[in-house]
Amino acid sequence: MRRKSFTRAIGFLLLATLPLLLAGCGSALLDSSGQVGQEQTRLILTAFGLMLIVVIPVIGMTLWFALRYRRSNKNAVYRPEWSHSTAIEIVVWLVPCVIIAILATLTWKTSHSLDPHKALESDAEPMEIQAVSLDWKWLFIYPDEGIATVNEVAFPEDVPVRFRVTSGSVMNSFFIPRLGSQIYAMAGMDNDVNLIADETGTYPGRSTNYSGSGFSGMTFDARVTSQDDFDDWVANVRESERSLTFPKEYDQLASPSREVPVTYFSEISPHLYQDIVQSFHTGRNADSEPGHDGKTTINAEAAE
Amino acid sequence: MYFVVALVMLVRGFSDAIMMRSQQALAAGGAEGFLPPHHYDQIFTAHGVIMIFFVAMPMVIGLMNLIVPLQIGARDVAFPFLNNLSFWLFAAGVVLVNLSLFIGEFAQTGWLAYAPLSELKYSPDVGVDYWIWALQISGIGTTLTGINFFVTILKMRTKGMTMFRMPVFTWTSLCANVLIIASFPILTATIAMLTLDRYFGMHFFTNDFGGNMMMYVNLIWAWGHPEVYILILPAFGVFSEVTATFSRKRLFGYTTMVWATVCITVLSFIVWLHHFFTMGAGANVNAFFGIATMIIAIPTGVKIFNWLFTMFRGSIQFTSPVLWTLGFIVTFTLGGMTGVMLAVPGANFVLHNSLFVIAHFHNVIIGGVVFGMMAGLTYWFPKAFGFTLDETWGKRSFWCWIIGFYMAFMPLYVLSFFGAARRMQSYANSDWQPLMILAWVGAVIIMAGIACTVIQLYVSVRDRKQRLDVSGDPWDARTLEWSTSSPAPFYNFAHLPTVNGIDSYWDDKQQNGADALLSDGPYEDIHMPKNTVAGPVMGILSIGLGFALIWHIWWLAIVSGAGIFVAFMLRVFNDDIDYHVPAAEVERTEREHRERFQRRDELEPINRVEVRA
Ligand code: HEM
Ligand SMILES: [Cu+2]
Repeated sequence: MRRKSFTRAIGFLLLATLPLLLAGCGSALLDSSGQVGQEQTRLILTAFGLMLIVVIPVIGMTLWFALRYRRSNKNAVYRPEWSHSTAIEIVVWLVPCVIIAILATLTWKTSHSLDPHKALESDAEPMEIQAVSLDWKWLFIYPDEGIATVNEVAFPEDVPVRFRVTSGSVMNSFFIPRLGSQIYAMAGMDNDVNLIADETGTYPGRSTNYSGSGFSGMTFDARVTSQDDFDDWVANVRESERSLTFPKEYDQLASPSREVPVTYFSEISPHLYQDIVQSFHTGRNADSEPGHDGKTTINAEAAE
Repeated sequence: MYFVVALVMLVRGFSDAIMMRSQQALAAGGAEGFLPPHHYDQIFTAHGVIMIFFVAMPMVIGLMNLIVPLQIGARDVAFPFLNNLSFWLFAAGVVLVNLSLFIGEFAQTGWLAYAPLSELKYSPDVGVDYWIWALQISGIGTTLTGINFFVTILKMRTKGMTMFRMPVFTWTSLCANVLIIASFPILTATIAMLTLDRYFGMHFFTNDFGGNMMMYVNLIWAWGHPEVYILILPAFGVFSEVTATFSRKRLFGYTTMVWATVCITVLSFIVWLHHFFTMGAGANVNAFFGIATMIIAIPTGVKIFNWLFTMFRGSIQFTSPVLWTLGFIVTFTLGGMTGVMLAVPGANFVLHNSLFVIAHFHNVIIGGVVFGMMAGLTYWFPKAFGFTLDETWGKRSFWCWIIGFYMAFMPLYVLSFFGAARRMQSYANSDWQPLMILAWVGAVIIMAGIACTVIQLYVSVRDRKQRLDVSGDPWDARTLEWSTSSPAPFYNFAHLPTVNGIDSYWDDKQQNGADALLSDGPYEDIHMPKNTVAGPVMGILSIGLGFALIWHIWWLAIVSGAGIFVAFMLRVFNDDIDYHVPAAEVERTEREHRERFQRRDELEPINRVEVRA
């Protein structure tokens, strides 16, 4: 694809300007995949380029004026009373106004085209995956397949995925950097973000919103596969002997834990996601309000 | 006073920073580093709280205390007792934060203590309570300061000092104080609601029973965004004074400068949502707040151009305040640029909560606020203490800071492109480690910069006899504060000066020579407020109250609460709060200053060579 190589080329230029960037592997945000991520890469680079139009001259002028008008330079003009020039004033208002006007237009357009709630255009039938942030792991529910997983999510390439995102605990943020947009996961809220991947591979994902002591380990792998491999993967999950029923087994899973290995559930409560969201509206979570002595705490394990 | 505490807290806040940098330099690819999450999380929370509330704020407020009354030709602030009380409430906050080091622990929630993580259910320990009471008490102090300086600037200006003749630093202080008055009550109310949740089982921000954590996030940023402008506006003021003085030239576009500041003040109230575009608001809402945010870049850009055109055709002397200013213009411009990138919602969706944000705000806060305060400290130090600061160590400090800054924070921009989130105690990807180590080296260089400042203070105090500022005007500056002796007499002005324009003092000097504003008799008695112990007493009692509330020691809470009330009432009903400085004493003070002023050439050996060259 031509577009893509163009983006890559700019990305490379950017890379070259920032020292030491070449130290690592490909950059997640510049080497993005899928229409969301790629549009965002272009957007960042465009905004960056537009602003360089003022930023570079400003930095140049700073150094130039400072050197030129240093006290020891007796050749420079010195006008102690000169403090106003309508022409200059107009220019210094106009230049930022124009740049910001262009950026504002771009902002308006992209806020709509990149709206995370907006369904993506694609020939393929979209699919829905529900993501629940827990202390400190991710639960993924496949409502159509009736399966669930922990800390691993899989979906086919070129299929638009609508992630519905909520939390069973504090606020988190669901983010797969190479695919683009993140969205907050909040208890009792049913949020969503639409993403798509156009290349197979394993994409690292994580929570980016600090959520307590197990936060650093709140990572998962997003496995983007061919349709066939995806079907195999689903079959594989179905072979698991574990089930996830609400509320009992869910509560066990939801209690704080870290570095939870990838887990598959072949059977789940029919409305698991809705039950989780709903539980915060019915007062079910209220019985364990701890006392201030810190004994009955959900964080007991974390406090060590 | 404020500044001394701020410098001490800077060292404390910085030790947190270097620990975080070390941790992240070590904890790659499965390594745990030396700080478990329990510690690491307290450290980054404490770092943010300390740097914003107990370093940046007191520096800004300290400068205002020192300079604003002098710049507007006033003898004191409008409410001297209130001012004193503000300081002691702030000091109480400092004590509480530091107590958490020894007794109990600090919050592990991030500096804004987002609910529901900060609710009892998820943070059952006393950490969040320390956060609550330290901020609540010092926040009330800040609100009082805001009211005080607002009234002072509006009401206590000397004859002829119209609004559009006020020095720019006074203007930016006025705007900052308007922001304080308008935004700090939001903070107070938000913390109060969180307190009700935690102490009385209410449900303002809990997950269940109708609590709404999104409300918390909105409220805290409705205060939080204006807060960052409370910090930066006075720094802008410092740069304006420094640029004009050391370019020996009028500030370019004074009126534009003022209006740009006012624009920023107003706009800063309608942009708070840019801190959480990713919460999931609709496209129209996000676009509105994104564009509103970018619009702030316009007046800010204009200000930058005005500083540049102040230097243009000037005669610039490269003192350390000027170096800080140049460093600021370059660094802040970059920070503003990354701010605008973050303000594009579509881009923010991938940059939010990453190290990009960390790099952005250090870019503006170090490049803007810290550099501004260092410039202001060096510039006004002689006015406060009567001798100048050592230039060599000042410049060394600058070079360490600027090199260290770029080394410590540019790698973070790069890392964010690799998907590095903020607030990670450890990370799996060892490819990030080289850049993390580079950032650590940068932090070490900044540490050297802080050490240079400490040495600078030491050397200057040691050599103070040679560094005397006898004239009261070591930089040949333009505004009224330089017309008094250094340090200014406690009554500031023997006769209240009359002002005829912007840079009135400069014009006087041009027309009537350097001693233009030395005072002549006859003198009159001067009416001054008395010192009172009510402020410190209430401060100490507030520590008691805060500590008692944190640990649920109810009797102590009641005793200290009642004590605060009684101390306040005693002060309110005390009529013996002022006295008169006899004319004879004024005359003696002024005569001494005049005599020393005449002999300034022999009394000021170093300044003549170093600064006046
Ligand atoms: C033209 C100027 C600026 C623009 C457009 C801008 C924009 C932004 C945006 C959009 C964010 C949110 C980033 C995110 O969390 O995704 C942000 C964060 C921040 N900005 Fe700025 N900013 C500007 C100037 C400043 C200044 C002058 C300061 C302080 C002196 C400042 C301090 C901060 C801080 C402290 C945060 C992050 C707080 C946190 O999340 O903990 N910014 N800025
Ligand atoms: Cu903001």
